[in-house]
Amino acid sequence: MSTAVVRGLRVVGRLTVDGVWRLGAASRFMGIVLLRSATTFRRFRLLVNEVYFAGALSLIIIVVSGLFVGLVLGLQGYETLKRYGSAEAVGTLVALSLVRELGPVVSALLFASRAGSAITAEIGIMKSTEQLSAMEMMAVDPYSRVVAPMFWGGFISMPLLAAIFSAMGIFGGYLIAVVVIGVDAGAFWSQMQSNVDLWDDIFNGVIKSIVFGFAVTAIAVFEGYDAPPTAEGVSHAVTRTVVTSALAVLALDFVLTAFMFTGI
Amino acid sequence: MSARMPAHHDKLKGKVQAQQLVEFDRVDFSYGANSILRNLTVGFPRGKLVAIMGGSGSGKTTLLRLIGGQIKAQQGVVRFDGEELSTMSHARLYAARRRMGMLFQRGALFTDLSVFENVAFPIREHLQLPEAMVRDLVLMKLHAVGLRGAHKLMPVELSGGMARRVALARAIALDPDLIMYDEPFAGLDPISMAVIANLIKRLNLALGVTSIVVTHDVAESFKIVDFVCFLSHGEIVAQGTPEQMLASDEPYVRQFVEGHIDGPVRFHYPGSPYDADLGLGS
Repeated sequence: MSTAVVRGLRVVGRLTVDGVWRLGAASRFMGIVLLRSATTFRRFRLLVNEVYFAGALSLIIIVVSGLFVGLVLGLQGYETLKRYGSAEAVGTLVALSLVRELGPVVSALLFASRAGSAITAEIGIMKSTEQLSAMEMMAVDPYSRVVAPMFWGGFISMPLLAAIFSAMGIFGGYLIAVVVIGVDAGAFWSQMQSNVDLWDDIFNGVIKSIVFGFAVTAIAVFEGYDAPPTAEGVSHAVTRTVVTSALAVLALDFVLTAFMFTGI
Repeated sequence: MSARMPAHHDKLKGKVQAQQLVEFDRVDFSYGANSILRNLTVGFPRGKLVAIMGGSGSGKTTLLRLIGGQIKAQQGVVRFDGEELSTMSHARLYAARRRMGMLFQRGALFTDLSVFENVAFPIREHLQLPEAMVRDLVLMKLHAVGLRGAHKLMPVELSGGMARRVALARAIALDPDLIMYDEPFAGLDPISMAVIANLIKRLNLALGVTSIVVTHDVAESFKIVDFVCFLSHGEIVAQGTPEQMLASDEPYVRQFVEGHIDGPVRFHYPGSPYDADLGLGS
């Protein structure tokens, strides 16, 4: 076997072992976070602060993005449906696209960029400036006091943000289709109402956003806690949070969609 | 300072151990292949102010982290008040930490909390006290370090010396039995250094608290400490009172105290011969 092949196999082997090791470390870390979550719910103020930090502060980007995605969907949907004489179905198209796919997926990607990166940076900087060590030495568990509230704050915020994203998107679709183009409002809403199923469409979308919320927030807190305590280490950890979260969301979306909507 | 106890003097050993708040018994610790502490046996007597001195990488900070239970010894035993730290449960370890205070090298203040809230943090976390009492306690602690008037400031508004004094007020918030100082004088101007040294000594005397100061500042620490312990490559190379250390013939102590650039600690990092690196060798 040539040296290049052996070297290549070594690299693949090392990356695989590193990946499995890291996955194991992340799972163990999340196990500890979940086990030490009681304080988060006992001291409700901590949770409220983190929901504000991860959720409320992400509202601007979610609302504006949702609105624009809805506007584009309304325009594109109308132009396509008009060719088949079904322009009134644009409401259905906008709503199904948003609640099934775009709402959970795009809001998760935006959430990872805004809140996920902020969570990683905050925990990473607390670690590099010895604030977490100081907390430990004050007999205050950083998992209970810092990591778990951040995790639950993000986890709770994500489905709410996805719902707001979808609602804003539908409003954007309504603006463009009904107000600007002149599609009949009654037809727009009634078709949407009759074709969007509460359980098959909306509920499945909510499940997606819950799964994405878990994945993105878990990645964010783990990367922050695992970051080497240097400026470069924290910077790499933030990058890894955004990239890994985006890949995880897209991969999970495919798996969930396959189970939910195609009957696999 | 406790010296190594002869193995056959069990009674004497027990008596001496009871006087130690913190004990290291044949402790080994390494990060991977990098050995940090080797067969370290040392004790820290109650109520005394002890300096751990040594160059960078000699294992000083590792020693503090072992006492705090943040890392565990790979060999040997570290005891706090007679109890082995490595076998403590999570709850027991945290109970032990409530009796410890630690001043970190850079203060490690919570940057999103004011000076007042930083000092109030351990009090609020551990004691269910009325707000008026928390306020009084915090102001008393801040008064002790001379920063009562700065209680509304944020950490970014503090100088390095002030930040360390606030961190010291936070470290004594729960009236600990042991205070550990990690490089308390590093990067401070002479006035701030004298202020911190004075505070360390005053707290040691006023509260009767056992204090361990990890430092490489000879001048400032020799003025205040009861004992000095020199650490080199993870081993104790000399120990005694500051006067004994000043009179010591131990080459490492002499180099350290007098600040010689070469000696047992080499100026040049080990490497291949200079002429060989320059390609001048035959």
